[in-house]
Amino acid sequence: VSTKSTGGVFEPIMSGRILVACKRVIDYNVKIRVKPDKSGVITEAVKHQLNPFDEIAVEEAIRLKEAGKFKEIVAVSCGPKEAKDTLQTAMAMGADRAVHVVVAGADYEKLQPLAVAKLLAKVAEKEQPELVILGKQAIDDDSNQTAQMLAGILNWPQGTFASKISVLGDKKFEITREIDGGLETITIKGPAVVSADLRLNEPRYATLPNIVKARKKPYAELTPAALGVDIAPH
Amino acid sequence: PFIMLRVASRVAASRVSGARFVSNSGLQFELSKESQELDDLSKKFSKEVIIPNAAKFDKSGEYPWDIIKKAHALGLMNMHIPEQYGGLGFGSVDACIAAENLAYGCSGISTAIGGPALAESPVLIGGSHEQKQKYLGRMTEEPLIAAYCVTEPTCGSDVAGVKTTAVKKGNDWVINGQKMWITGAGHANWFFVLARTSKTERTGKAFTGFIVDGNTAGITLGRKEQNMGQRASDTRGVTFEDVVVPDANRLGDEGAGFVLAMKAFDITRPEVAAGAIGVASRALDEATQYALQRKTMGRAIAEHQAVAFMLADMAMGVEAGRLLTRRAAWEMDAGRKPTYFASLAKAFSADHAMKTCVDAVQIFGGNGYNTEYPVEKLMRDCKIFQIYEGTSQIQRIIVSQDLFARAKANL
Repeated sequence: VSTKSTGGVFEPIMSGRILVACKRVIDYNVKIRVKPDKSGVITEAVKHQLNPFDEIAVEEAIRLKEAGKFKEIVAVSCGPKEAKDTLQTAMAMGADRAVHVVVAGADYEKLQPLAVAKLLAKVAEKEQPELVILGKQAIDDDSNQTAQMLAGILNWPQGTFASKISVLGDKKFEITREIDGGLETITIKGPAVVSADLRLNEPRYATLPNIVKARKKPYAELTPAALGVDIAPH
Repeated sequence: PFIMLRVASRVAASRVSGARFVSNSGLQFELSKESQELDDLSKKFSKEVIIPNAAKFDKSGEYPWDIIKKAHALGLMNMHIPEQYGGLGFGSVDACIAAENLAYGCSGISTAIGGPALAESPVLIGGSHEQKQKYLGRMTEEPLIAAYCVTEPTCGSDVAGVKTTAVKKGNDWVINGQKMWITGAGHANWFFVLARTSKTERTGKAFTGFIVDGNTAGITLGRKEQNMGQRASDTRGVTFEDVVVPDANRLGDEGAGFVLAMKAFDITRPEVAAGAIGVASRALDEATQYALQRKTMGRAIAEHQAVAFMLADMAMGVEAGRLLTRRAAWEMDAGRKPTYFASLAKAFSADHAMKTCVDAVQIFGGNGYNTEYPVEKLMRDCKIFQIYEGTSQIQRIIVSQDLFARAKANL
């Protein structure tokens, strides 16, 4: 796969690939408790889940592949070793393989959206997707920044708060966005970054047979150092 | 005091997942990741698909085909069928986890979903490779129902009293008789039928099991019976008049049927016990919520010890029943004969579940008697757990006989 580099921007050959970002968050049903030292919330021995907006993003990627618009779905997550379970969920839903950027301990506690965006940009450079879909925000920090920052770093068009994604001819996407005034429809040229909003779709259940099959799907681990990214907070 | 501290910390550590053991006895209550995923999936399905539709199917008595198809698509119906026949090859503990979670939503719907597993059990135990391929393979390919036909109008507990006959004619068997209270009969693609093949042999050798295709000539289905509860499930009488079954559909040797039918209970009793726990767990949750909201004498009724103690007793029954059930299932998964534990689990779970449901209605008071509130359905649904799959009385016979056999052996 060749790339033309223009100060951080590259134009990938069309790969038929979607990259979906998945974050492991505390399950929405769990009652959040603050740590005794007030430094954060208790995450140990607490039930976690795939961020619901990321689940919607995975579902959309699968539907686009099922419609024949794309050939491969790669799920990526930046997080501790337990993020592997989150990626297994994405693969059980239908993602073809997983990339895990391992960030643990204190590094993970201090990981901010800008650092995540930098990591995802490097993964995008490796994977050469035509489309990156993220959830619009994570339900733990509600930052709503990573997709926008990622698009900025890659210098790709962005379609945020998507409630509908259509693939037009000549690698264009028509995105319907949920905005304050209602709905806005834009056309953007791929490769692009899209963030999924609530009404984009209703995610499927991961069936038991697919949960079992997911365990055999390719799974790769990377580190921020190997990607050449400084994840120190700003 | 030192010993008590160690025990306390062991207990505290194991109450949350990701426990850090201070010592390892080998006893394990945590589920594997796979089983935890199954637990999550079946709970989610129960909450999102079964619970919102339970009252509707209870009122109409309609067979919940849509829900059955969804459960099938998720892999929740054929977990225990071996992988070579298209199933997932999951074990007994996993089947119990799913059974409990689905029954929590509605035990009528969960019985409709789980009923085929009863018919499949004798095939799993005693079927040839060809029989398994033909009759289990089809169950995984599409959502089909299979029904287990042993009970008759004049004999339930007394399986030895089965009057349905199978007479050999050339290379076929001709079955005549009447079965009753057959779960899933109205929609069954095939039946497991226990029939008497000898008038002279002793009970253990007088019966044979057969797989009978549902569309065989001579099978007449009775009407769908109107039962107290589990109304979404389908129970009927089935009449067999000169029903011709090829010898290829005989399950195991002639005369092996009684033992086959009894062995099938080793698989199914823990799952049915798990269903009872699901219903009891639901009753406990509903009653707890209500007790915290309803006020009498100026306070939530949960603050009255009479009510709080009833809920505590319900919780004891649910936890103990779940552990007994999983022990029985674990014995099965460990390759050991689980009969004793299966009977302990079934009797205990069913009896406690019924008491729990009755107490739940009591806690709801007048509201509990009314169909606008969920507990009257739980009480109606629950009673059958003490009756089918071996009555609580039969379970006690099995348990006590096992006790005496072991006591005598130790003398």
